[in-house]
Amino acid sequence: MNIRILLTYLSRPSRYRGAVFTLGAFLLPVLLWCAVSYVPFIWHPMVKVENPGGVDYFTPGMLVDRSEFQDQMKEMRQAGKPLPVGVRANPIYLPAPHEVARALYTAFTTAPEQRDAPWLHQSLWHSIQVIFWGFVLSSVVGVPLGVLCGTYVTLSRLSEPFVEFFRYLPAPAFGALAVAVLGIYDGPKIAIIFIGTFFQQVLVIANTTRKLDTTILEAARTLGTRGWRLITHVVVPGILPDLYRDQRILLGWAWTYLIVAELIGTSSGITWFITQQARYQHFENVYAAIIIIGVIGFGSDLLFERIGRRLFPWDRTQERKSA
Amino acid sequence: MNEHTPTPTEALPGAGNGLPSYLEQSPAVRERFAQLQQRKVILEVRDLQKRYKSLQGETEALRNINFQVHRREFVCVIGPSGCGKSTLIRILAGLEKHTAGDVLLDGQPVTGPGRDRGMVFQGYSLFPWLTVKRNVMFGPLMNGHSRDSAEREARLWLDMVNLGKFADAYPHQLSGGMRQRVAIARALVNEPRILLMDEPFGALDAQTRAKMQRHLLKIWRNLDITVLFITHDLDEAIYLADRILVLKANPGEVQEVIEVPVPRPRSPEQFSTPEFRATKARLEALIHPPEAQGEEEAEGEDALPEKIIRFTNVGDNVE
Ligand SMILES: Nc1ncnc2c1ncn2[C@@H]1O[C@H](COP(=O)(O)OP(=O)(O)OP(=O)(O)O)[C@@H](O)[C@H]1O
Ligand SMILES: [Mg+2]
Repeated sequence: MNIRILLTYLSRPSRYRGAVFTLGAFLLPVLLWCAVSYVPFIWHPMVKVENPGGVDYFTPGMLVDRSEFQDQMKEMRQAGKPLPVGVRANPIYLPAPHEVARALYTAFTTAPEQRDAPWLHQSLWHSIQVIFWGFVLSSVVGVPLGVLCGTYVTLSRLSEPFVEFFRYLPAPAFGALAVAVLGIYDGPKIAIIFIGTFFQQVLVIANTTRKLDTTILEAARTLGTRGWRLITHVVVPGILPDLYRDQRILLGWAWTYLIVAELIGTSSGITWFITQQARYQHFENVYAAIIIIGVIGFGSDLLFERIGRRLFPWDRTQERKSA
Repeated sequence: MNEHTPTPTEALPGAGNGLPSYLEQSPAVRERFAQLQQRKVILEVRDLQKRYKSLQGETEALRNINFQVHRREFVCVIGPSGCGKSTLIRILAGLEKHTAGDVLLDGQPVTGPGRDRGMVFQGYSLFPWLTVKRNVMFGPLMNGHSRDSAEREARLWLDMVNLGKFADAYPHQLSGGMRQRVAIARALVNEPRILLMDEPFGALDAQTRAKMQRHLLKIWRNLDITVLFITHDLDEAIYLADRILVLKANPGEVQEVIEVPVPRPRSPEQFSTPEFRATKARLEALIHPPEAQGEEEAEGEDALPEKIIRFTNVGDNVE
């Protein structure tokens, strides 16, 4: 009965329906994570030693495999020594939600373990700057080139084979080269984001440009528009909503290059934070950092979508999506 | 004026039901055509040919097209699907290059699109990112008018098509008929020598369509404008046109140029007059040869050389 009500609610167009789906999309994985973390018989392949008993190499707080713990239990029982005591636990790389939640908060309030190391928010800000410059530099060249390639067949024939070829080269492969040319600080990192974004960008935007309805171009031509003005007054405004959407997707790709880029030269930004925390086995901090990246990426995309709706009130694709 | 021996194809419909010949014109209509012929030729098409090269080989879309359009004349082009109507009008608009022959506008050869030929497309061709008013302002702005004068003209033309109230709406907020009215205003604001329309009302429902036809006739009556109008709706062609250019397919050739004997001013009541029905019967015979004779007959028709010669003669006589 309740399910029926829920289903009819979901199938009815509503302003909040989207929010319900969004919530559900996040709720399901979180519930799964909670179940695995808090319900011992689902997984919990380890045992956390509370009292080592007679086992000489056990220490309190140590994580051992369940089979190993049972073997030791058996041995101790046979040897007549005190039995070890422990509770079932998950591996250290899977912290429980509440631990990660606490880490999310404390990560910003705890000073870094090394004196001169940056705080988490400083690391994040550094990462955002690297992404920003890589993406802006790529767009400054890639967007105009993409639009021109989509408009002029000759230009696209001339440039696209090379771009296509380059697109298949993994951007991180240029890491060493980038360091040699640009030094060990932010230069090579920005370069990797640039390489990872640029070639896709040219192709994607050229394709978007080609999809512009030819009738619109022809209408403009019969109204006396020609040459350069055809691009500035018809092609660009005509593809703008789609171009904006492309840029949003490309920005997402730029984020995926971030971690690799930041490992190049001296490790920095959020990657540095993550590798440090992993080294000290603070996996809840690692998860917290990953979640923060996700929140920033997803949040900024939502923001850009909102802005897009304001900017392009004539765009029909958005209405179709939210309808 | 047309020498014409009835063939089996055209003898069937219309002939036996007491209709007059579509060639019969009342004195008033004859007078009107005589006057029309005196007017200046705005558009002249001579021996126009168009071949498309594609992977499947060459297709001859148009062959030996000859006709003239006089100033303030309303000419409809009609023909079966694929006979090259769109190709023809796109060549006239300068959007497509012809492979042989001449297209002369006011005696000057057409080399590309230009503001002297306005075009209204079948599909929606409004700029979706501009409001209705901005759409109409687009042409004047592109042609160097100031923003003020462009806006003034746009308002004028929007009032002309009864869309003054929708000046600030976006195209997607309008109905199909309204959009085409904006497209007409947008084309006319440039003051073209000739307005080219490729099935502009093809996507509209019957009622809107009838309204648009009335509207277009009203605009045409009040303005010094020449119209070349493509349609596949026989009623629409007869209702609107002074002359109807009938094309046939494979390759696209002028089959006949019909002077519509229905007097002006036109009104929907004329749909049932004998002249109207006679013209329609003739068009039907030309465009949809009777079913019973089927495909082979149509192919056999192509093989009759003397008929083709007669068709070209018909075209020549009229011009
Ligand atoms: N770009 C093109 N390349 C190759 N052939 C084409 C092209 N455009 C049209 N044709 C061919 O030219 C012929 C005429 O096409 P056209 O579009 O002018 O016909 P139409 O009379 O407008 O048809 P409809 O009534 O369906 O709109 C068709 O056989 C078509 O296949
Ligand atoms: Mg067509």
